[in-house]
Amino acid sequence: MTAFWSWFVAIGTIVFIVWCVWLIGWSAKQGPQGKDDEDLVGHKWDGDLEEWNNPAPKWWLYLYFITVAWGVGYLIVYPGIGIFDGVAGWTSEGQYEQEMQRAEERYAPIYERFAAMDFDALVQNEEAIALGGSLYASYCTTCHGSDARGAPGYPNLADNDWQWGGDEQNIITSIARGRMAVMTPWAQVLGSDEAVDDMVAYVQSLSGMVDASSVKDSARTQFTTYCAACHMPTGVGNPVLGAPNLTDDIWLYGSDADTIRTAIVQGRNGQMPAHGEFLGENRTRILAAYVKSLSQ
Amino acid sequence: MDTTASYNDKVVRQFAIMTVIWGIVGMLVGLIIAAQLMWPALNFDLPYLTFSRLRPLHTNAVIFAFGGCALFGTSYYVVQRTCHVRLAFSKLAAFTFWGWQLIIVLAAITLPLGITQSKEYAELEWPIDLLIAVVWVAYAIVFFGTVYQRRIKHIYVANWFYGAFIITVAVLHIFNNLAIPVTLTKSYTIYTGVVDGMMQWWYGHNAVGFFLTAGFLGMMYYFVPKQAGRPVYSYRLSVVHFWSLIAVYMWAGPHHLHYTSLPDWAQTLGMVFSIILLAPSWGGMINGIMTLSGAWHKLRSDPIIKFMIVGLSFYGMSTFEGPMMSIKTVNALSHYTEWTIGHVHSGALGWVGMMTIGSIYCLLPRLYNKDSMYSTKLIDLHFWTATIGVVLYAVSMWVAGIGEGLMTRAVNADGTLTYSFIEILASKFPYYGMRLLGGLVYFFGMLVMAYNVYKTVSKEKPVPVAVMEPA
Repeated sequence: MTAFWSWFVAIGTIVFIVWCVWLIGWSAKQGPQGKDDEDLVGHKWDGDLEEWNNPAPKWWLYLYFITVAWGVGYLIVYPGIGIFDGVAGWTSEGQYEQEMQRAEERYAPIYERFAAMDFDALVQNEEAIALGGSLYASYCTTCHGSDARGAPGYPNLADNDWQWGGDEQNIITSIARGRMAVMTPWAQVLGSDEAVDDMVAYVQSLSGMVDASSVKDSARTQFTTYCAACHMPTGVGNPVLGAPNLTDDIWLYGSDADTIRTAIVQGRNGQMPAHGEFLGENRTRILAAYVKSLSQ
Repeated sequence: MDTTASYNDKVVRQFAIMTVIWGIVGMLVGLIIAAQLMWPALNFDLPYLTFSRLRPLHTNAVIFAFGGCALFGTSYYVVQRTCHVRLAFSKLAAFTFWGWQLIIVLAAITLPLGITQSKEYAELEWPIDLLIAVVWVAYAIVFFGTVYQRRIKHIYVANWFYGAFIITVAVLHIFNNLAIPVTLTKSYTIYTGVVDGMMQWWYGHNAVGFFLTAGFLGMMYYFVPKQAGRPVYSYRLSVVHFWSLIAVYMWAGPHHLHYTSLPDWAQTLGMVFSIILLAPSWGGMINGIMTLSGAWHKLRSDPIIKFMIVGLSFYGMSTFEGPMMSIKTVNALSHYTEWTIGHVHSGALGWVGMMTIGSIYCLLPRLYNKDSMYSTKLIDLHFWTATIGVVLYAVSMWVAGIGEGLMTRAVNADGTLTYSFIEILASKFPYYGMRLLGGLVYFFGMLVMAYNVYKTVSKEKPVPVAVMEPA
């Protein structure tokens, strides 16, 4: 905040607080007044609308004054008046860090115990898997589902198919760093709607959904030229690139012709966000062990 | 035209009738989305009927169509009666009616189509925003033109509140909606990042403060003493709470952005002024209830008074709840939960709805040269449905919201969350049902009102009312 805006805010705040105090004082100063007809203020509107001038209830004026006084005190302690930080030195960032630190002190030892354990042993360890299950419920269910079976676009973690590889290091990397799958749009390269349709049929033939003898040679050639770089010449995919296996019956987005056509025409951009920074090494490993245990 | 011959009640009648109609439409949309939260299939897989598009339609319809028509209509009535002069600029007043209806229809078309600025309560795109600005300026000219021509020196308190509401809403609307148009249906706000957030909630909270509070206090200050047949309790209290309310409300917006990237100093100011706002808000409740005090015997025979006293009670309750929820520690629990929904609806159904309904029942017979509505019994039935409806609604959302807040922050011994999102959602399901029931009961009351209004006005040919000579 520049000095100008700091003063602008500070002066505005003080002027409005003084205004409230002045109004309270103005109202409190005026003496009591009865409720008889002769005590009416003397204005008359629309035939019968008149006003008494009763004093504001004492408790109301006190309430008003107390909230204003409390407000002044609060603004002295906490940041609020321009760039004045308040005498307590409080910031929301500071509060966050303090709470996180307190939580870390309390909870880190629980996970620390498993730091030295071998990954395969971790997968078999009931206590570790229970902890991993809690972590999973907190961080993963939104996309992968509470049963870990995923949803269209979100991989099933309960089967034994691994888009990015299923060993210790692959799973930890997926959780800690996240994944960004990129399949670019291919319609223009393939050249025509007909070529796209042919490619859809060819892709479906890889897993036996379409009779292999009916697919066109041109599609086979184009697959070898363009698709094989990631999906491999036989279509078994490549976990290093996150390119799915097209020869099995596991489909991330769906196996019907329309869904496959959409993937070819528009491409796909699967995203798994990185969790490593806030989970830390120990939690990440235990979570990875839990994910691994789901398919065993 | 002779400004002292007769009142312009035609535009008041138009707005009053549309208040009832838009109330029914807006609340029906509310019922649909409440049911969708229980049974998502009720959007029938049509993008136009998804919760995300119908929810802004619901809020716009109840706030700006139902509430807006009530404020236009009653302010035009009150300003003529209390200034002892015919409404200024009849043609411009008619323009505000038709312009406002056009805006509502455009909202009802564009929002389901997904055309939106994505700013809460300011979803409408720039061409509609421009139209709103034009109609609003016309409204200000008509209202203040009438005040200017008044034949009585002192300006009645209801007009202070209506006036503050009209001026402030113009400022809020124009500044929050400053945007660069790209196409006819798409624009980008001129504000960036957190500044946009701050502008939005400066607008958003003052939409509550000036549209739904100051405006309806204006309504209260005319119809409560009128219906009770008693003088306003305290002139000086109205002075103090008016000048306090309009000064302090302006600062409260940042409490919508606690623990966000909004700078700490702005969050603190928003919270401090929200708490200071408690007493100024209660000033209006005290003045209203103390004005009714002494007419308690009328509660037995006059359900309109019942609407007003319960409305004022809900006003007092929500304006206590609001400052409490603005405290950071309370907000950390309540924010992003159903508690907020409960808070909003105890204000909207309890205060705004009840005060509007009571005022319309008081107003309509006078607009059609009758002594009373077609059926007082039906008003009484409406009163009980409205009261039961709002209580069911508010209580279910409080329970659901506080439970949701507690479940969200519950932590296991190992530091992980005790409840997943879906478990929390499942816990709210029965309360969603109770809320839907409350909404249905309240809505049924609105249908009773529509019938009563129809029977009151259908065969009447209104006669012009001569302007009263000032006393």
